[in-house]
Amino acid sequence: MTFTRIFILFTILVLLVLSNGLFVVDETQQVVITRFGKPQGEAILDPGVHFKWPFVDRTHFFDKRFLEWDGASDQATTADKRFIWVDTFARWRIADPKLFLQRLSDERAAQTRLDDIIDGATKRSVAQHDLVELVRSSNREVQPDLTLPESERLSELAEIHRGRQEIMQEILKNSADGARDLGIEIIDVRFKSIDYVDEVRQNVYARMVAERQRIAARFLSEGQGESARIIGEKERELKSIQSEAYRQSQELIGKADGEATTIYAKAYNRDPEFYKFLKTMETYEQTMDKESTVILSTESDFFKFLNNIRGR
Amino acid sequence: MEPQDFIDLKKLNFKPPKKAQIFVGVAVLLGLVLFFTTWFQVEANSEGVILRLGKFNRMVGPGLHLKIPFGVESVTLVPSQRQLKEEYGFRTLRSGTRTQFSQQQFLKESLMLTGDLNVAEVEWSVQYRIADPFKYLFRVRNVRDSFRDITEAVMREVVGDRTVNEVLTVGRTELTQVVEDELQKLCIQYETGIKVEQVILQDVAPPDAVKPSFNEVNQAQQEREKLINEARGQYNLEVPRARGRADQEISQAEGYAIDRVNRARGEASRFEQLYAEYRKAPEVTRQRIYIETMSQVLPKVGRKFIIDENTKGLIPFLQLGKGGVGQ
Repeated sequence: MTFTRIFILFTILVLLVLSNGLFVVDETQQVVITRFGKPQGEAILDPGVHFKWPFVDRTHFFDKRFLEWDGASDQATTADKRFIWVDTFARWRIADPKLFLQRLSDERAAQTRLDDIIDGATKRSVAQHDLVELVRSSNREVQPDLTLPESERLSELAEIHRGRQEIMQEILKNSADGARDLGIEIIDVRFKSIDYVDEVRQNVYARMVAERQRIAARFLSEGQGESARIIGEKERELKSIQSEAYRQSQELIGKADGEATTIYAKAYNRDPEFYKFLKTMETYEQTMDKESTVILSTESDFFKFLNNIRGR
Repeated sequence: MEPQDFIDLKKLNFKPPKKAQIFVGVAVLLGLVLFFTTWFQVEANSEGVILRLGKFNRMVGPGLHLKIPFGVESVTLVPSQRQLKEEYGFRTLRSGTRTQFSQQQFLKESLMLTGDLNVAEVEWSVQYRIADPFKYLFRVRNVRDSFRDITEAVMREVVGDRTVNEVLTVGRTELTQVVEDELQKLCIQYETGIKVEQVILQDVAPPDAVKPSFNEVNQAQQEREKLINEARGQYNLEVPRARGRADQEISQAEGYAIDRVNRARGEASRFEQLYAEYRKAPEVTRQRIYIETMSQVLPKVGRKFIIDENTKGLIPFLQLGKGGVGQ
C-alpha cells in the first residue's frame, strides 16, 4: 500500500514538473525565457513544444506577426502653412523580443512609444513640405475632360519634387531608427488620410464653388460667343448670296441690253434717217393725249394745205 | 422524461453500481468525447488549418476529417472560397433585392483631398478573398483592420494624384484599376494572404457644400448647347431661303434677258421688213406714214393751235393752258 502511494505521489510530481517545464509555442508566437529575470539564450521562434527549467525559468510570449499601429488623427502644419489633420498607420513587428522585453516589457508600452516616435517623425516631415507634396505622388499627366471648355481642361497639377511616397519613406526611416533600439522593426508608415481642418475646408469649398462658377461662366460665354459667330456667319452668307445673285442678274441684264442694242443698231443702221422718222412718228402717237397742247404752223407739212392746195 | 420516472427510480431499491458498470460507463463517455473531438467538418466554402501543438501541420479541404484529440491538434476554419466585402464611406444595412444603406454619412472615410487640393467624396467597396489561409492567420494580426487601413491609404493616395475632374468624371475607370493593382501589391507585400477581386467605386461626388455649383456647370453646359442650337436654327431658317431668293432673282434676270433680246429681234425684224418695202417707194410711204400718224395723234390732243406765218405775233395773247409752252 505504501509503495502504491509513493508511486502515485511520484507520478503527480513528475506531471507537475513536466507541465511546468513543457510549453507550446503557437505559429503566431515567439517566446523569451528568463531565469530570475535574466534572459536565457536566443528567443524561441519555432512553433511546437518546448522545454524550460520548471519553476526556475519564466516564459514571455510575444506576437510574431506583423502588428498594427493606428495613430490618432493629429493636427499638423505644412511648410506652406496649411492646417491639416494627418492620420497615419504603421506596420511593425517585434524583431528582437529580448530587447523588446527589456525596454518595453509589453505591447501596451510599445504602442505608446510608437505614438511618440511616429507622430513626431510625421509632424517633422509634414512641417518641412508643402501640402501638395504630401497629397500627390507623381507628376503624371492629367487626363483631360473633353466636356470642359478648353481653357479649363488643364486644371494643372502643380509640379512636385518629392511626393507622398518619398515623404512616407522619410517618416518610415526616421521612426524606424528611433524604434530599432526598442527591439521593434517598423515595416512601413503610411498616411491613411490627410484632411483639411474644418475652417480651411470651408475656404476650400468656397474656392471650389468659385472655380465651378468660373467654368459655368465660361460655358455660358462660349455659348454666347458661338451663337454670335453663327449669326455673323449667317449674315455674311446672306450678303454673299444676295450680292452674288444681284451681280449675276445685272450681268445677264447688261448682256441682254447690249445684245438688243447690237440687234437694233444693225437693223436701224440700214437707214438711220428712216428709223428716226418712224420712231418719231411712233413717239408722237405715244406721247400726245388730251392734256397736250399743240401749236402747229401752217408751214408744217400737215397743215400747209390749209392755205392752198399747193401747199405753198 | 416524466417526473414520475424519477420517483419511480427513487422508489426502486437502487443498488450501487458494480465496478464493471463504472468501467463501461467511463469507456462510453470517453468514446463519445473522443468521437466528438476527433471528427470535424469543413464547409464547402472553407479550408481547415490544423496546428499540432501550436505548429502548422496541414491544411484540409471541405468534408469530414480526423484530428488528434485532447488539444494536441487544433483546427481553425478559414472561409477561403467566400467572397468578402469591405465598405468605405457607406454601410449596407441589409442587402437584397432592395438593398438598404445606412443613412449615416461616413465622411471621415469618404472625404479626401485631390491632387489639385480640392475635396471629393468617394464611396467604394472592395471584394476580396482569403487566398492564403496560412498567411492570413499567421503573418498578420487583425488582418481585416490592416486591410481596411491599407485600402483607405491606397485610395487616398491614388485620388491625391488626380484632379477633382478626373476623379469625378473621366478618370474613374482608370482610378479603380490603379487602386486595385496597388492594393493587391500591398496585400502581397504585407503578407496578408488576401486576394483582391474587385474595387468598386460606389459613388464619387463633390462635397455637399459644393454640389450646387457642380450642377450650375451642368446647367451652363446645357445653356451653351441651347444657345448654339438656337443660332444654328436661325442660320438654317434664313440661309436656304436666301439661296432660293437669289435663284429667283437670277431667273428673273434671265427672263428679262430673253425678253429683251427677243423683243429687239422682233422689232429689228419688223423694221427690216418695213424698210424693204419702203425702199421700193420711199416718198409715198413716208408721206403715208406721216399722215396716218397725224390722223392718229391729232384727235387725241386736247388743244390745238394752228398759226399762220403772218399771224405769229398773236401767240403771246393766247390763253395757253398750264404745261403748255411756258418757261
